Amino acid sequence: MSAALDIASWVLLVGGALLMTIGALGLIRLPDFFTRLHAAGVVDTGGAGLLLLGMALQTGFDLVTVKLVLIGLVLALTAPTASHAVAHSALLGGLSPDDPSANRAGDGRDEAPD
Amino acid sequence: MPPARTFSLFVVLFGAWLLLSGHWDPFLLGCGAVSAALVAALARRMGAIDGEGHPIQLAWRFPAYLPWLVWRIALANLAVVRAILSPVAALDPAAGWVDANQKTTAGLVAFANSITLTPGTVSLTALPGRIHVHALARGELEELKEGEMNGRVCAMEGRR
Amino acid sequence: MFTVASLLVVAAMATTLVRAVRGPTPYDRILAVNVHGTMTVLLIALGGFLTDRPDFLDLSLVYALLNFVGTLAALRFFRHGHLGEEP
Repeated sequence: MSAALDIASWVLLVGGALLMTIGALGLIRLPDFFTRLHAAGVVDTGGAGLLLLGMALQTGFDLVTVKLVLIGLVLALTAPTASHAVAHSALLGGLSPDDPSANRAGDGRDEAPD
Repeated sequence: MPPARTFSLFVVLFGAWLLLSGHWDPFLLGCGAVSAALVAALARRMGAIDGEGHPIQLAWRFPAYLPWLVWRIALANLAVVRAILSPVAALDPAAGWVDANQKTTAGLVAFANSITLTPGTVSLTALPGRIHVHALARGELEELKEGEMNGRVCAMEGRR
Repeated sequence: MFTVASLLVVAAMATTLVRAVRGPTPYDRILAVNVHGTMTVLLIALGGFLTDRPDFLDLSLVYALLNFVGTLAALRFFRHGHLGEEP
Protein backbone atom coordinates (compact mmCIF):
# COMPACT_ATOMS: atom_id res chain seq x y z
CA MET A 1 0.00 0.00 0.00
CA SER A 2 1.64 3.24 -1.11
CA ALA A 3 2.00 6.18 1.24
CA ALA A 4 -0.10 8.48 -0.98
CA LEU A 5 -3.08 6.11 -0.76
CA ASP A 6 -2.62 5.91 3.02
CA ILE A 7 -2.66 9.68 3.39
CA ALA A 8 -5.69 10.02 1.09
CA SER A 9 -7.66 7.44 3.06
CA TRP A 10 -6.64 9.07 6.37
CA VAL A 11 -8.07 12.36 5.14
CA LEU A 12 -11.25 10.73 3.79
CA LEU A 13 -11.87 8.60 6.90
CA VAL A 14 -11.34 11.40 9.39
CA GLY A 15 -13.26 13.84 7.17
CA GLY A 16 -16.19 11.44 6.89
CA ALA A 17 -16.24 10.74 10.61
CA LEU A 18 -16.09 14.49 11.32
CA LEU A 19 -19.02 15.07 8.94
CA MET A 20 -20.96 12.42 10.89
CA THR A 21 -20.16 14.17 14.16
CA ILE A 22 -21.20 17.54 12.70
CA GLY A 23 -24.42 15.99 11.37
CA ALA A 24 -25.16 14.56 14.83
CA LEU A 25 -24.41 17.99 16.32
CA GLY A 26 -26.87 19.51 13.85
CA LEU A 27 -29.48 17.00 14.95
CA ILE A 28 -29.11 18.46 18.45
CA ARG A 29 -28.60 22.15 17.61
CA LEU A 30 -31.12 22.88 14.86
CA PRO A 31 -34.36 24.29 16.21
CA ASP A 32 -37.19 22.23 14.71
CA PHE A 33 -37.97 18.92 13.04
CA PHE A 34 -37.78 20.04 9.39
CA THR A 35 -34.38 21.68 9.77
CA ARG A 36 -33.08 18.57 11.58
CA LEU A 37 -33.93 16.55 8.44
CA HIS A 38 -31.09 18.36 6.65
CA ALA A 39 -28.58 17.36 9.33
CA ALA A 40 -29.61 13.74 8.67
CA GLY A 41 -28.87 14.38 4.98
CA VAL A 42 -25.27 15.32 5.80
CA VAL A 43 -24.76 12.05 7.71
CA ASP A 44 -26.34 9.95 4.95
CA THR A 45 -24.44 11.48 1.99
CA GLY A 46 -21.26 13.27 3.04
CA GLY A 47 -20.39 11.21 6.10
CA ALA A 48 -21.20 7.79 4.68
CA GLY A 49 -19.75 8.62 1.25
CA LEU A 50 -16.37 9.83 2.52
CA LEU A 51 -16.03 6.93 5.01
CA LEU A 52 -16.82 4.32 2.32
CA LEU A 53 -14.37 5.99 -0.09
CA GLY A 54 -11.67 6.03 2.58
CA MET A 55 -12.23 2.34 3.32
CA ALA A 56 -12.23 1.50 -0.41
CA LEU A 57 -8.72 2.97 -0.73
CA GLN A 58 -7.48 0.53 1.94
CA THR A 59 -8.72 -2.58 0.09
CA GLY A 60 -6.85 -4.38 -2.65
CA PHE A 61 -9.50 -3.26 -5.20
CA ASP A 62 -11.16 -6.69 -5.29
CA LEU A 63 -14.55 -8.08 -4.20
CA VAL A 64 -14.26 -6.16 -0.89
CA THR A 65 -14.25 -2.90 -2.85
CA VAL A 66 -17.31 -4.07 -4.78
CA LYS A 67 -19.10 -4.74 -1.48
CA LEU A 68 -18.27 -1.23 -0.25
CA VAL A 69 -19.70 0.17 -3.50
CA LEU A 70 -22.83 -1.96 -2.98
CA ILE A 71 -23.24 -0.63 0.59
CA GLY A 72 -22.93 2.88 -0.83
CA LEU A 73 -25.55 2.10 -3.49
CA VAL A 74 -27.99 0.63 -0.95
CA LEU A 75 -27.52 3.65 1.35
CA ALA A 76 -27.95 6.07 -1.57
CA LEU A 77 -31.23 4.41 -2.53
CA THR A 78 -32.72 3.84 0.94
CA ALA A 79 -31.54 6.89 2.92
CA PRO A 80 -33.48 9.53 0.91
CA THR A 81 -36.52 7.26 0.77
CA ALA A 82 -36.50 6.87 4.56
CA SER A 83 -35.97 10.63 5.04
CA HIS A 84 -38.86 11.35 2.68
CA ALA A 85 -41.07 8.84 4.52
CA VAL A 86 -40.34 10.46 7.90
CA ALA A 87 -40.86 13.98 6.48
CA HIS A 88 -44.11 13.04 4.74
CA SER A 89 -45.47 11.31 7.87
CA ALA A 90 -44.58 14.37 9.94
CA LEU A 91 -46.47 16.57 7.47
CA LEU A 92 -49.50 14.26 7.65
CA GLY A 93 -49.12 14.09 11.43
CA GLY A 94 -49.67 17.82 11.75
CA LEU A 95 -46.18 19.34 11.84
CA SER A 96 -46.03 22.47 9.71
CA PRO A 97 -42.89 23.61 7.85
CA ASP A 98 -44.23 27.19 7.77
CA ASP A 99 -44.71 27.45 11.54
CA PRO A 100 -41.54 26.22 13.27
CA SER A 101 -42.78 27.05 16.75
CA ALA A 102 -45.55 24.44 16.43
CA ASN A 103 -42.97 21.68 15.86
CA ARG A 104 -41.19 22.08 19.17
CA ALA A 105 -44.09 20.77 21.21
CA GLY A 106 -45.62 17.31 21.07
CA ASP A 107 -48.08 16.73 18.26
CA GLY A 108 -51.03 16.10 20.54
CA ARG A 109 -51.28 12.38 19.79
CA ASP A 110 -49.18 11.37 22.74
CA GLU A 111 -47.52 13.53 25.30
CA ALA A 112 -43.77 13.08 25.60
CA PRO A 113 -43.05 11.61 29.06
CA ASP A 114 -40.22 14.05 29.75
CA MET B 1 -44.41 -6.92 -18.62
CA PRO B 2 -42.06 -7.79 -21.47
CA PRO B 3 -39.84 -10.86 -21.03
CA ALA B 4 -36.77 -8.73 -21.75
CA ARG B 5 -37.34 -6.84 -18.48
CA THR B 6 -37.73 -10.11 -16.54
CA PHE B 7 -34.47 -11.32 -18.08
CA SER B 8 -32.67 -8.10 -17.12
CA LEU B 9 -33.93 -8.52 -13.52
CA PHE B 10 -32.50 -12.07 -13.58
CA VAL B 11 -29.14 -10.75 -14.81
CA VAL B 12 -29.04 -8.07 -12.08
CA LEU B 13 -29.96 -10.57 -9.34
CA PHE B 14 -27.44 -13.17 -10.53
CA GLY B 15 -24.77 -10.47 -10.79
CA ALA B 16 -25.48 -9.45 -7.19
CA TRP B 17 -25.18 -13.12 -6.12
CA LEU B 18 -21.80 -13.47 -7.87
CA LEU B 19 -20.37 -10.26 -6.40
CA LEU B 20 -21.57 -10.94 -2.86
CA SER B 21 -20.59 -14.63 -2.66
CA GLY B 22 -17.21 -14.59 -4.38
CA HIS B 23 -17.33 -18.40 -4.73
CA TRP B 24 -17.08 -19.86 -8.22
CA ASP B 25 -17.69 -23.64 -7.81
CA PRO B 26 -20.48 -25.10 -9.98
CA PHE B 27 -22.78 -26.04 -7.07
CA LEU B 28 -22.97 -22.51 -5.65
CA LEU B 29 -23.23 -20.97 -9.13
CA GLY B 30 -26.17 -23.33 -9.76
CA CYS B 31 -27.81 -22.31 -6.46
CA GLY B 32 -27.41 -18.67 -7.47
CA ALA B 33 -28.92 -19.20 -10.92
CA VAL B 34 -31.89 -21.12 -9.45
CA SER B 35 -32.48 -18.46 -6.75
CA ALA B 36 -32.27 -15.58 -9.21
CA ALA B 37 -34.61 -17.35 -11.66
CA LEU B 38 -37.08 -18.15 -8.86
CA VAL B 39 -37.15 -14.54 -7.65
CA ALA B 40 -37.50 -13.20 -11.22
CA ALA B 41 -40.38 -15.67 -11.89
CA LEU B 42 -42.14 -14.73 -8.62
CA ALA B 43 -41.75 -11.01 -9.33
CA ARG B 44 -43.17 -11.55 -12.82
CA ARG B 45 -46.13 -13.50 -11.37
CA MET B 46 -46.75 -10.66 -8.89
CA GLY B 47 -46.81 -8.19 -11.77
CA ALA B 48 -44.06 -6.24 -10.00
CA ILE B 49 -41.80 -6.02 -13.07
CA ASP B 50 -42.49 -2.83 -14.99
CA GLY B 51 -40.88 0.55 -15.52
CA GLU B 52 -41.56 1.31 -11.85
CA GLY B 53 -40.65 -1.97 -10.15
CA HIS B 54 -37.46 -2.58 -12.11
CA PRO B 55 -36.54 0.77 -13.67
CA ILE B 56 -33.60 -0.52 -15.71
CA GLN B 57 -34.41 2.02 -18.45
CA LEU B 58 -32.93 4.76 -16.22
CA ALA B 59 -29.65 2.86 -15.87
CA TRP B 60 -28.33 3.69 -19.37
CA ARG B 61 -28.22 7.44 -18.89
CA PHE B 62 -27.54 7.34 -15.12
CA PRO B 63 -23.71 7.50 -15.48
CA ALA B 64 -24.09 10.84 -17.29
CA TYR B 65 -26.23 12.22 -14.43
CA LEU B 66 -24.17 10.85 -11.52
CA PRO B 67 -21.07 13.16 -11.64
CA TRP B 68 -23.27 16.28 -11.63
CA LEU B 69 -25.33 14.91 -8.71
CA VAL B 70 -22.19 14.04 -6.70
CA TRP B 71 -20.81 17.55 -7.33
CA ARG B 72 -24.09 19.13 -6.16
CA ILE B 73 -24.14 16.88 -3.06
CA ALA B 74 -20.57 17.92 -2.20
CA LEU B 75 -21.42 21.64 -2.49
CA ALA B 76 -24.64 21.20 -0.52
CA ASN B 77 -22.79 19.31 2.24
CA LEU B 78 -20.45 22.27 2.72
CA ALA B 79 -23.39 24.70 2.82
CA VAL B 80 -25.29 22.65 5.43
CA VAL B 81 -22.16 22.14 7.57
CA ARG B 82 -21.71 25.92 7.55
CA ALA B 83 -25.37 26.38 8.53
CA ILE B 84 -25.05 23.87 11.41
CA LEU B 85 -21.95 25.56 12.79
CA SER B 86 -23.33 29.12 12.50
CA PRO B 87 -25.78 30.67 14.99
CA VAL B 88 -29.33 29.34 14.83
CA ALA B 89 -30.73 32.88 14.37
CA ALA B 90 -29.06 33.07 10.93
CA LEU B 91 -31.25 30.22 9.61
CA ASP B 92 -33.84 31.05 6.98
CA PRO B 93 -35.73 27.83 6.18
CA ALA B 94 -38.40 27.87 3.47
CA ALA B 95 -40.94 25.48 1.96
CA GLY B 96 -42.56 25.60 -1.45
CA TRP B 97 -43.67 23.71 -4.55
CA VAL B 98 -41.20 22.88 -7.33
CA ASP B 99 -42.21 21.87 -10.87
CA ALA B 100 -41.49 18.25 -11.84
CA ASN B 101 -41.84 17.58 -15.57
CA GLN B 102 -41.03 13.85 -15.51
CA LYS B 103 -43.38 11.66 -17.55
CA THR B 104 -43.03 8.41 -15.59
CA THR B 105 -43.36 7.51 -11.91
CA ALA B 106 -39.79 6.16 -11.89
CA GLY B 107 -38.53 9.51 -13.20
CA LEU B 108 -40.51 11.42 -10.56
CA VAL B 109 -39.11 9.18 -7.81
CA ALA B 110 -35.59 9.72 -9.18
CA PHE B 111 -36.11 13.50 -9.03
CA ALA B 112 -37.64 13.44 -5.52
CA ASN B 113 -34.83 11.19 -4.26
CA SER B 114 -32.21 13.47 -5.85
CA ILE B 115 -33.75 16.42 -4.01
CA THR B 116 -33.71 14.56 -0.69
CA LEU B 117 -30.22 13.16 -1.29
CA THR B 118 -28.88 16.72 -1.65
CA PRO B 119 -28.46 17.99 1.93
CA GLY B 120 -30.30 21.24 2.50
CA THR B 121 -33.39 20.24 0.51
CA VAL B 122 -35.93 17.54 1.40
CA SER B 123 -38.98 16.50 -0.61
CA LEU B 124 -42.04 16.45 1.66
CA THR B 125 -44.68 15.36 -0.86
CA ALA B 126 -44.21 14.09 -4.41
CA LEU B 127 -47.14 14.43 -6.81
CA PRO B 128 -47.13 14.05 -10.61
CA GLY B 129 -46.09 17.47 -11.91
CA ARG B 130 -44.94 19.06 -8.66
CA ILE B 131 -42.95 18.33 -5.50
CA HIS B 132 -43.32 20.01 -2.10
CA VAL B 133 -39.79 20.87 -0.95
CA HIS B 134 -38.41 22.08 2.38
CA ALA B 135 -35.07 23.89 2.18
CA LEU B 136 -32.67 24.91 4.94
CA ALA B 137 -31.90 28.14 3.04
CA ARG B 138 -34.30 30.14 0.89
CA GLY B 139 -31.68 30.40 -1.87
CA GLU B 140 -31.52 26.64 -2.33
CA LEU B 141 -35.30 26.49 -2.86
CA GLU B 142 -35.07 29.28 -5.46
CA GLU B 143 -32.26 27.41 -7.19
CA LEU B 144 -34.40 24.25 -7.39
CA LYS B 145 -37.29 26.27 -8.80
CA GLU B 146 -35.04 27.39 -11.67
CA GLY B 147 -35.24 23.75 -12.73
CA GLU B 148 -31.73 22.63 -13.68
CA MET B 149 -32.01 19.37 -11.70
CA ASN B 150 -35.55 18.88 -13.06
CA GLY B 151 -34.22 19.20 -16.62
CA ARG B 152 -31.34 16.81 -16.02
CA VAL B 153 -33.60 14.11 -14.55
CA CYS B 154 -35.94 14.56 -17.56
CA ALA B 155 -32.93 14.10 -19.84
CA MET B 156 -32.01 10.88 -17.97
CA GLU B 157 -35.59 9.67 -18.47
CA GLY B 158 -35.16 10.12 -22.22
CA ARG B 159 -37.61 11.33 -24.85
CA ARG B 160 -40.33 8.84 -25.65
CA MET C 1 -6.71 5.46 11.42
CA PHE C 2 -9.74 3.18 11.59
CA THR C 3 -9.64 3.55 15.37
CA VAL C 4 -9.83 7.35 15.17
CA ALA C 5 -12.71 7.22 12.67
CA SER C 6 -14.56 4.60 14.75
CA LEU C 7 -14.24 6.66 17.93
CA LEU C 8 -15.60 9.75 16.14
CA VAL C 9 -18.52 7.74 14.76
CA VAL C 10 -19.26 6.33 18.24
CA ALA C 11 -19.27 9.90 19.61
CA ALA C 12 -21.70 10.93 16.85
CA MET C 13 -23.93 7.93 17.66
CA ALA C 14 -24.07 8.92 21.32
CA THR C 15 -25.08 12.43 20.25
CA THR C 16 -27.97 11.19 18.08
CA LEU C 17 -29.24 9.17 21.04
CA VAL C 18 -29.67 12.46 22.96
CA ARG C 19 -32.09 13.63 20.25
CA ALA C 20 -33.85 10.25 20.26
CA VAL C 21 -34.44 10.53 24.03
CA ARG C 22 -35.35 14.25 24.07
CA GLY C 23 -37.81 14.12 21.16
CA PRO C 24 -39.98 16.18 21.42
CA THR C 25 -42.12 14.78 18.57
CA PRO C 26 -42.14 11.07 17.69
CA TYR C 27 -40.84 12.01 14.22
CA ASP C 28 -37.71 13.52 15.76
CA ARG C 29 -37.12 10.24 17.57
CA ILE C 30 -37.64 8.11 14.46
CA LEU C 31 -35.34 10.40 12.45
CA ALA C 32 -32.66 10.17 15.16
CA VAL C 33 -32.91 6.37 15.26
CA ASN C 34 -32.69 6.23 11.45
CA VAL C 35 -29.53 8.35 11.49
CA HIS C 36 -28.18 6.22 14.34
CA GLY C 37 -28.76 3.16 12.12
CA THR C 38 -26.86 4.71 9.19
CA MET C 39 -23.94 5.36 11.54
CA THR C 40 -24.14 1.76 12.79
CA VAL C 41 -23.79 0.53 9.19
CA LEU C 42 -20.57 2.49 8.83
CA LEU C 43 -19.33 1.45 12.29
CA ILE C 44 -19.80 -2.25 11.43
CA ALA C 45 -17.86 -1.73 8.19
CA LEU C 46 -15.08 0.11 10.09
CA GLY C 47 -15.08 -2.74 12.61
CA GLY C 48 -14.43 -5.15 9.76
CA PHE C 49 -11.32 -3.20 8.79
CA LEU C 50 -10.19 -2.80 12.42
CA THR C 51 -10.23 -6.56 13.02
CA ASP C 52 -9.20 -7.39 9.43
CA ARG C 53 -12.33 -9.43 8.78
CA PRO C 54 -13.98 -8.32 5.50
CA ASP C 55 -16.99 -10.60 6.23
CA PHE C 56 -18.28 -7.75 8.41
CA LEU C 57 -19.20 -5.90 5.21
CA ASP C 58 -21.97 -8.44 4.56
CA LEU C 59 -23.40 -7.76 8.03
CA SER C 60 -23.13 -4.04 7.29
CA LEU C 61 -25.08 -4.48 4.03
CA VAL C 62 -27.82 -6.46 5.78
CA TYR C 63 -28.01 -3.83 8.55
CA ALA C 64 -28.47 -1.09 5.93
CA LEU C 65 -31.48 -2.97 4.50
CA LEU C 66 -32.91 -3.75 7.97
CA ASN C 67 -32.50 -0.12 9.06
CA PHE C 68 -34.60 1.04 6.11
CA VAL C 69 -37.36 -1.52 6.67
CA GLY C 70 -37.28 -0.83 10.42
CA THR C 71 -37.75 2.92 9.93
CA LEU C 72 -40.74 2.36 7.63
CA ALA C 73 -42.22 -0.19 10.05
CA ALA C 74 -41.84 2.21 13.01
CA LEU C 75 -43.52 5.02 11.04
CA ARG C 76 -46.35 2.76 9.92
CA PHE C 77 -46.86 1.38 13.42
CA PHE C 78 -46.93 4.87 14.89
CA ARG C 79 -49.47 6.11 12.34
CA HIS C 80 -51.81 3.13 12.19
CA GLY C 81 -51.15 1.34 15.49
CA HIS C 82 -50.54 -1.96 13.66
CA LEU C 83 -48.25 -3.24 10.91
CA GLY C 84 -50.72 -4.77 8.46
CA GLU C 85 -54.45 -5.47 8.28
CA GLU C 86 -56.65 -4.49 11.21
CA PRO C 87 -56.68 -7.52 13.54
